[in-house]
Amino acid sequence: MISFLFYVFSALALASAVMVVTRKNPVSSALFLVMTFFCLAGIYVLMDAFFLAVVQVAVYAGAIMVLFLFVIMMLNLSPDELPAFMNRRIKWAAAALAIVLTGSLLFLDLSRRLPASPAGELKGEVGALGDLIFGKFLLPFELTAVLLLMAIVAAVIMARREI
Amino acid sequence: MNPALWITLGKILVVFALTLGTVAYMTLAERKVSAIIQWRKGPNRVGIWGLLQPIADGLKFVFKEDYVPQTANKALHALAPMLTMAPALMTFAVVPFGSTLPIFGMEVKMIVADLSIGILFIFAIASLGVYGLAVGGWSSNNKYSLLGGLRSSAQMISYEISMGLSVIPIIMMSGTLMLTGIVDWQGNHLWFVITQPLSFLLFVISSFAETNRLPFDLPEAEPELVGGFHTEYSSMKFASFFLGEYANMITASALIVTLFFGGYHLPFIENLAFFDNHGFMLGMLHVITFMAKTAVWLFIFIWVRWSLPRFRYDQLMGLGWKVLLPLSLVNILIYGIIILGFGLGGTS
Amino acid sequence: MVNLNASIIVALLLFGIGTLGFLIRRNAIVVFMSVELMLNAVNLLLVTFSRMRVDLDGQVMAFFVMAVAAAEAAVGLAIIIAVFRKLRSIDLDKASLLRS
Repeated sequence: MISFLFYVFSALALASAVMVVTRKNPVSSALFLVMTFFCLAGIYVLMDAFFLAVVQVAVYAGAIMVLFLFVIMMLNLSPDELPAFMNRRIKWAAAALAIVLTGSLLFLDLSRRLPASPAGELKGEVGALGDLIFGKFLLPFELTAVLLLMAIVAAVIMARREI
Repeated sequence: MNPALWITLGKILVVFALTLGTVAYMTLAERKVSAIIQWRKGPNRVGIWGLLQPIADGLKFVFKEDYVPQTANKALHALAPMLTMAPALMTFAVVPFGSTLPIFGMEVKMIVADLSIGILFIFAIASLGVYGLAVGGWSSNNKYSLLGGLRSSAQMISYEISMGLSVIPIIMMSGTLMLTGIVDWQGNHLWFVITQPLSFLLFVISSFAETNRLPFDLPEAEPELVGGFHTEYSSMKFASFFLGEYANMITASALIVTLFFGGYHLPFIENLAFFDNHGFMLGMLHVITFMAKTAVWLFIFIWVRWSLPRFRYDQLMGLGWKVLLPLSLVNILIYGIIILGFGLGGTS
Repeated sequence: MVNLNASIIVALLLFGIGTLGFLIRRNAIVVFMSVELMLNAVNLLLVTFSRMRVDLDGQVMAFFVMAVAAAEAAVGLAIIIAVFRKLRSIDLDKASLLRS
């Protein structure tokens, strides 16, 4: 059952990722991206990472993509103003590059023997994760807070002033 | 299939049917309560006391012409109402509406899924409610709809923050993210509305804004702002938006009850000796208590709508960002000091 | 049980699709979405490795990636809006002021 669900989520995630890249209309792209994020959250649940799955939905689907949608709506470009794809030559070169990159990554992955099943049970409970974040990773966590504050200030300045 | 799966399926069906039934009758309740407040009679032609009115309304919606603007994005225009309806109904999966009920010799928990991250699940799903409004406003290809969609998504994003922050002191005090754990903590100690009045106030104000109810119903201010994101909707698609709002209201009421009013607990009465050997009666008492509390909150939602005037948009944003957000941060600080200083709360 | 090797391959394919989108699109917002896609592929990989090694560190890393992605989205979209104000377009080919 879990294995079946995993393949369903993976197939959906990959299919909607392809749609994100190929749709001309940015709103469709954004909604397909939300779909991808949902499927990834599903995969996280299957891998016992419950907290991460919820954060994935809340942060990516609930905050970041809403921001994207908000900006797309605010600019509200008409269909003929929408820039679409690079010209054909660049497109083929880019496709070749992406395929080579993915292929070499796949080759690297397949050439080494990783265990298909984990060594034991993993408790993806919030408490254990919290202990790590507020213990071993306390400094990075605090730095993330500073980073977010900086992002807020930067976004406000960029949006206000004519640059 | 194993019995646990059947029980879960049964619970999903019951919760679904109950929520949708309540949604239908909320439309009648809204009209009846507003009539009482305004010294009128309200709908009283269809059925006794207008009790069949929701069915008549439903039939009217079904038979209306479903008009889609020529320049609209057809697929997204049809998708938007579903995006509003689904999150509202999904949230109910983690709300405990009773303790346990012995059925056929099995102790059945009165909750669809008792997740260890219940509260986070609710906020994650609730944050998806924006999509329906934003996509609906954009896909209609009408400037009033677009502005309405922008307006309402900005409002929902702003109030989500103070809503999420207002719950953190509760998590700190009860030491758990499970909704059943929070309810039990209140059953063993005090209700959070007594120990945390400020969190309660912040949460209630934010949930009024999140459900787009008056005094914050700018997303659909029909007299002064040409409707909102649903200007170009008709027939069942409009009905989905309309019913989605009521479903959101029911979820919000259930959450307020669960987080601040002890959930299904009824102090003193549930400790009577009679219930010690009548498990089924105790289970029923809990379910009925929860429903009654939720009904009271639904009434308050309607009452507020017909009593208060509407905010102006800049006032609404100012309230969200300049008052509620700092207050909720201060609130977290205060309860952090109290919990650390006096050793209150926690799992201990 | 999730086949962890299959999950790694899914992550790599997602990364590839993201790269492709990043290279072939001219719409700045969609290019940005492709970057998000690539970040998510990395997150999936981190969670998979965390599951494989029975160690929560990978999940903590994925959590940090999400926080950084949120900051990046806010700043990036603000830049896109600033560019749009200047050029009245979000076509990346037209954002070539440094070149003239």
